Amino acid sequence: MKSWLSRWPAVLALAAATIMPAAAATQLTGAGSTFDYPFFSKAFYVYNQKNPDVTVNYQSIGSGGGIKQFSARTVDFGATDVPMNAEELAGAKDPVLQIPVTLGGAAIAYNLPGVNATVKLTRQAVADIFLGKITKWNDPQIAKLNKGVSLPDTSIVVVHRSDGSGTSYIFTDFLSHVSPEWKSKIGTGKSPPWPTGLGAKGTEGVAGEVRSTPGAIGYVEMAYVVENKMSAALLQNKAGKWVDCNPDTVAAAAASKPEVSASNFSIVDASGANSYPISGYSWVVVYKKPSDAGRAKSLYAVLSWLIGPDGQGNAKSVDYVPLPRNVQETAAATLRQMQH
Amino acid sequence: MALSEFSRRGLGRRRVTGALGVTLALLCALLAAATLLVILGYVMVQGIGAINWEFLTQLPHPVGVPGGGVGNGILGTFIILAIATAMAVPIGLLTGIYLSLFGRGLLPEALRFMSDVLSGVPSIAIGLFAYAVLVAPLKHFSAFSASFAFAMLMLPLLVRTSEQAIRSVPQTVREGALALGMSNFRATVGIVLPTARPAIITALLLAIARVIGETAPLLFTAFGTQFWETNPNNPMAVLALQVFNYAISPYANWQSQAWGGALLLVAAVCVLSLGARLMLRRAMHGLEG
Amino acid sequence: MTTDAGSRFRRVARFVSPVDRGFAAVVYGGSILFALLILGLFVELLLGSWPSIVKFGPGFVFSSAWDPLNSKFGALPMIYGTLVTSLIAIALAGFIGIMSAVFLADFAPRWLATPLSFLIELLAAVPSVVYGLWGLFVLAPFMRTTAGPILQKLLGWTPFFSGTIYGVGLLTGGAILALMIVPTVTAISRDVVAAIPRDLREASMALGATKWETATRVVLPAARVGIFGACVLALGRALGETIAVTMVIGNRPEISASLFAPSYTLASVIANEFTEATTGIYISALIELGLILFLVSIVVNALARVMIWSVRGSERV
Repeated sequence: MKSWLSRWPAVLALAAATIMPAAAATQLTGAGSTFDYPFFSKAFYVYNQKNPDVTVNYQSIGSGGGIKQFSARTVDFGATDVPMNAEELAGAKDPVLQIPVTLGGAAIAYNLPGVNATVKLTRQAVADIFLGKITKWNDPQIAKLNKGVSLPDTSIVVVHRSDGSGTSYIFTDFLSHVSPEWKSKIGTGKSPPWPTGLGAKGTEGVAGEVRSTPGAIGYVEMAYVVENKMSAALLQNKAGKWVDCNPDTVAAAAASKPEVSASNFSIVDASGANSYPISGYSWVVVYKKPSDAGRAKSLYAVLSWLIGPDGQGNAKSVDYVPLPRNVQETAAATLRQMQH
Repeated sequence: MALSEFSRRGLGRRRVTGALGVTLALLCALLAAATLLVILGYVMVQGIGAINWEFLTQLPHPVGVPGGGVGNGILGTFIILAIATAMAVPIGLLTGIYLSLFGRGLLPEALRFMSDVLSGVPSIAIGLFAYAVLVAPLKHFSAFSASFAFAMLMLPLLVRTSEQAIRSVPQTVREGALALGMSNFRATVGIVLPTARPAIITALLLAIARVIGETAPLLFTAFGTQFWETNPNNPMAVLALQVFNYAISPYANWQSQAWGGALLLVAAVCVLSLGARLMLRRAMHGLEG
Repeated sequence: MTTDAGSRFRRVARFVSPVDRGFAAVVYGGSILFALLILGLFVELLLGSWPSIVKFGPGFVFSSAWDPLNSKFGALPMIYGTLVTSLIAIALAGFIGIMSAVFLADFAPRWLATPLSFLIELLAAVPSVVYGLWGLFVLAPFMRTTAGPILQKLLGWTPFFSGTIYGVGLLTGGAILALMIVPTVTAISRDVVAAIPRDLREASMALGATKWETATRVVLPAARVGIFGACVLALGRALGETIAVTMVIGNRPEISASLFAPSYTLASVIANEFTEATTGIYISALIELGLILFLVSIVVNALARVMIWSVRGSERV
């Protein structure tokens, strides 16, 4: 693949590079997770207000995209909801640092006009809906969980991501934990072969599709649900309690597993009475030895700020969960390995 | 005017059929035109509310902060179009001149065929090409790569139109210039091209109208940014891309801005098309006079 | 006339002086650059898709697996989605476009023909993303709440209109495409119809045919190859259209008979997944989709142009 990318004569490249003047202020570019986008968009906006000479351009193209563009070195950092695996790390060629930056939950958002009560779903029901086994909202399996709620005879429109997504990874990781059928038929991944439903681009796209389609159901980061005043289901967690997706329940899920690392990161279907079952960390990936020293300096400063108390302070206002204390320390220790 | 007995008998009915048929054809034409008016009207109604000074001049705000605008996208659109024009016009014009001067033979025919083929190549495939030659080797997204893709989309129209414009300059004009002892170079550049200029500008305006709202190749070339960007070597915001991203987003504020951006694009296309029409009229006039 | 002028010119114009030689060289160089760009496009697409071509072979086109997780790729669902949406589009746009063309060329008074032609041609210039926006917020809900249920009531017994009506899907994608290609069909068919010699019309009228009979039984048959070419050219546009379709197609790599079902097109897969594909073979498979699109568009365009030329002459398409 590399050969395809580097084959073209350097002539055009040089022409482009020589015509263009260098920018005065430093612009860092990042790409990846749409899960992180509301948080990053807020945090980097705040950072730029304080440090006008540094702008961080973050484009939410999906975690898969973040890893790809990072590996192709077209961006300064990538963001992904699932750390890069061995194959992806090999694809990046140079040593990579993976730093947890935020914590969030994927809410099961739905659109049922006329239903005011919050719909309850068991983990099995969620799996069966996404397997295409439950196709109507008034299916007995849903109705028996929601006694007293008059569910319409509407078809369930499953909405999933069409792009490579860390949120899809977290969600399918959850489904594989709770449904052996899902695990054997579909599996866990950023772009799993969805058995049913519509594909939408980015968490934004899923939220948009769910909002505009009566009967729709989809998984989106909780900030999107709050921001767009969408309805999200109450889920039954491993301990049997009904929980909604909020910063406390996600923090509870994270608390069930104090040690996280890039190779051991899953906190889905966590034990604990108050844990939200579809929770996960999100990660920023940088090269240990960035190619441009000047930019590396700015990048280091931005990321230290982001994982420090000031950056994390922005999480709550946009419905994310600040990293637990110990994870912040791990993150800082990892970041310090970066040459800057 | 002798009608056969057969057709005279059915004439009344045939006239009715004819009238019905013409009405049907009229309705089809009106339907096509009405669709445009419906879409334009809808974009106008939805978009006009979003357009204000802030929308035109400000940066996008982060999610959840109301207000903000697409000022950087508008600026980016101008920059990318300007560079695309600078790339496409020389190549398009030179090829057009070549085709008009050395019209026949294998190479000119091949060039014409390739130009026609290029005009039918989906913009997304051209976006892949721009990514391969300018994004991947340089290791960053750039406005420049978007301009490159746009230039390729503009070229077929420029090539064919400049060839025809130059050909349609009366031969006497060129012969007169050559008879005065001018070189072919001076005759072409000094006499023929100025005469053909209105037609070429028409083509340029139409080519710009074709690409101004083009979005597919931007996904992996210009990439977008939330900030002001004037360096074509960096990722840059583009209005069409913002419209796309805002349209599929769940945020009511962004969706309304998508309509606003769509209105701007449609207005730009209308102005360019009208401008091209006026230019064309001048071109015709110029050739006659 | 052009050829005559050209041949006369070739006699006069000899590029002998150094200035003219330089001029000829520059002009020649410009066109070679142009040719190289187009060849480069083809070569890049071919090289980029090479790993995928080697790995999947011709089976790529016939396989319906699209599973990035297990690196299994097949283009069949996208080819299906692309073909079905384009055929729906040409079925809807063909009739309306040809009828409009006949009206504009043979019946409309000038005061009506000029503004109508301008409006219809303006339709062609409206950006794809604007159609997509309109399709997403107006057409898709309309399809879900109104048009879809009516169609299902009437034709729900066939497999083509059964199943859940999502709003987005093959039919909506085809309808949006139809809007986008009506101007192409209309404009070119109008030119083709207008190019049919007057004598033919006059002969028909002299034989006692009404104007309508002349248009439908004499002019249209005479122009049919060119009109067919216009439709094929429009089909070519529809096949490669990206953004508007991506917004209303539902983005699901699956083959289903129902026109209400979500689907995927070659172009929309690339738009959605190219920046995000991580593995080499995934990227290569996406580029191969681009290559297929490129090759199909060449064949379709070449075919269309030959047909249009046969009626109207080779100037300006």
